[in-house]
Amino acid sequence: MDFSILLSDLPTLVVVIVGVPIVLAAYIVGGEYVVRRLPDKNRPQVRPWIWVGPAIFLVAAILFIPAIFTVIQSFQDNQGNFVGLQNYANQLADFPSGGAWIAIRNNIIIWLIFYTLFVLAFGLALAVLFDRVAYETVVKSLIFMPMAISSVALGVIWKFMFWYQPPGSAQTGTLNAIVTFFHHDPVAWLQDQWPNGLAILNNLALIGAATWGITGFAMVILSAALKGIPGELLEAARVDGAGEITIFRRVIFPLMMPTIVVVGTTLVIFALKAFDVVYVMTNGNYNTDVLAFRMYNLLYLSHNPAGASAVAIILLIAVVPVLIFNLRQFRAVEARR
Amino acid sequence: MHSSSLVRALVVAMAAVFTAVACGTSSTGNAGSIKILAAWSGQEQASFFAVLKPWEDKTGIKVNYEYSRDLDALLTTRVGAGNPPDLAAAPSPTTLTNFAKQGKVIALDDKIDMTSLKANYSQSWIDLGTINGKLYETFSWVAVKGLIWYDPKNFQAKSYNVPNSWQSLMDLQSTIKGSGVTPWCVALESGSASGWPGSDWLKEIVLSQSGPSVYDGWVAGTQKWTSPEIKSAFTTWGQVLGANDSNVYGGKQFMLATNFGDGGTHMFDNPPKCYMHNQASFITTFFTSAVPSLQPVTDFNFFPLPDITAQYAGAHVVAGDSWAMFRDTSQARSLMNYLITADAQTIWVKRGGKISPNKQTALDAYPDPLTKESAQILVATKIAKYDATDQMPADMRAAAWKAVLDFVGDQSKLDSILKTLDGVQATAYK
Repeated sequence: MDFSILLSDLPTLVVVIVGVPIVLAAYIVGGEYVVRRLPDKNRPQVRPWIWVGPAIFLVAAILFIPAIFTVIQSFQDNQGNFVGLQNYANQLADFPSGGAWIAIRNNIIIWLIFYTLFVLAFGLALAVLFDRVAYETVVKSLIFMPMAISSVALGVIWKFMFWYQPPGSAQTGTLNAIVTFFHHDPVAWLQDQWPNGLAILNNLALIGAATWGITGFAMVILSAALKGIPGELLEAARVDGAGEITIFRRVIFPLMMPTIVVVGTTLVIFALKAFDVVYVMTNGNYNTDVLAFRMYNLLYLSHNPAGASAVAIILLIAVVPVLIFNLRQFRAVEARR
Repeated sequence: MHSSSLVRALVVAMAAVFTAVACGTSSTGNAGSIKILAAWSGQEQASFFAVLKPWEDKTGIKVNYEYSRDLDALLTTRVGAGNPPDLAAAPSPTTLTNFAKQGKVIALDDKIDMTSLKANYSQSWIDLGTINGKLYETFSWVAVKGLIWYDPKNFQAKSYNVPNSWQSLMDLQSTIKGSGVTPWCVALESGSASGWPGSDWLKEIVLSQSGPSVYDGWVAGTQKWTSPEIKSAFTTWGQVLGANDSNVYGGKQFMLATNFGDGGTHMFDNPPKCYMHNQASFITTFFTSAVPSLQPVTDFNFFPLPDITAQYAGAHVVAGDSWAMFRDTSQARSLMNYLITADAQTIWVKRGGKISPNKQTALDAYPDPLTKESAQILVATKIAKYDATDQMPADMRAAAWKAVLDFVGDQSKLDSILKTLDGVQATAYK
């Protein structure tokens, strides 16, 4: 690996390594200096703003202002003329197979439902079951490990798992090796648009790969919530004669509900912004397109930033209700404390 | 007290870094460096480095090479961020042409040695790099498309003859099919460019079946996809693939799931899974890296795709990697001038897989009879047309590649596929 490129731009390196900490330190010291000079009663009003200032500035500069520009651009053509809703009309044309409809369907129906359900179900089941065994830490570490793999590497690994060779040839893909062992024809997991061109199978194959990568995350959080349930409660239930399944349904599950909802809504947002697995494994072909990938293609391959902005806004509109719900949920949990 | 020691530590750290800066700049020579972005990796990258070596040794200029499988996206990001490479080599001119039209690429007319370019290149290669009367792109290595690769030993074992007409090709494929083996290997997977090997088939058929004027109109967006000529190219390819893709090893699943570089190697399985594979001249590199024992001529050979319409006999589709300059530096000019010379191009030609468009490149330089033969085909081609999809706007090209995947998936949907393509054509050329 050639690291000389890093050295070729040393001034930038210096700015990043030395300059950034200096500026931050100077800001904090300077801020406190100003606050100290204020009359006592004003200090509590000013100090918080000094501390959240950098965060507000960053959110505005990197998120909020670009978002406004994106909204504006989605109503313009690529030369900057106002075209009203034309970009949206292009993306929403020719239902059900034209425009962005395939991507919308995959995101808002298939990914949102199955990805969220799979991850929650596996995460919850693993958290509850491993809670009862002695080697819990070891297994949990194993399940959590895929989180350490970058999504691109994950996609490549699963592409090999799904590898297809025609019937009669040696199957080098793990899944097809298993399938052919049971005398079934090999399946082209990523290309097969079963059933009837609806492309449920290959989308589920992608979701399966993504699920493998994120289940550890859900499991760890749910497991922590599970540990937070007081043992006396469970004991009391047992004394009252409740079976283990009843305890799970009537005691554990309701107590974990707030955590499940928070993890669930986070997963919904992950599902809506799915990109890397699709990019690596199918490139959005065979009806596996998703909105984030369509946006990327419009921007980089089609050189159509206006169309990409429209898709971005469609995606934003899809995410907003989830965000609002998530914030409300946070507040509800806070209020209960 | 506490803060002053912190300050002292910072001063020491900064002093250390500035010393490093001073050392760093002094160690870089005064010949400067150049940033190159291309799509070559692995063996191709090694060949390109071999080409650069003599130039680097002579000039002392340091090359920073970067490659990406997703070249279009990376280039767009870099150009958009105002941080383009000095030079870029793109496997198709579409992206570079886009940038040239936006004024992001530097016109080469007064930057490189035009006299030597005009003396050594045929006009068609220069025209291809010319946009609105100015030269923006040059070609260093090219390939002939529409070559049907086969294993001569397999053909001999079954006493199959190399077809010399379209009809005899059709006869041969039904003979092979009759023996219980699929005649063709086709592989279409290629990341974000999936489908292009199939679009090669279509270009060759359009050019050979309907001739250059239909082909040009198709490139320019005036020939409709639903027109009888283009539809006929699809149905002709459909005859090659057979009903439900039954003429192809592994059927549609294999075609869609297999990378273009791996498709042809099944000809060398024992017993062979297929007998023929249509691909440009570069594919030999993939054959020999999959099965290193293979020898050209004895283990693999090719014949040009037979002419379909006699009137357009000797028509071939060609393609190549095009160079464009994003930053006008003396190093970039020097390298551009070097890359159009026969000397530079010969280095890669000798390593196999590429053909030089420079007339001064000696035919003896080709490492084996096959590349030599494809070079001769390029020279002798009566009707040479550049890769059609690579000249179409990016949206049209992407839709054409996707149409190939859809067509292979279900040939009966041809009419609706073509209608979709017409829809894209109506907006993509604006």
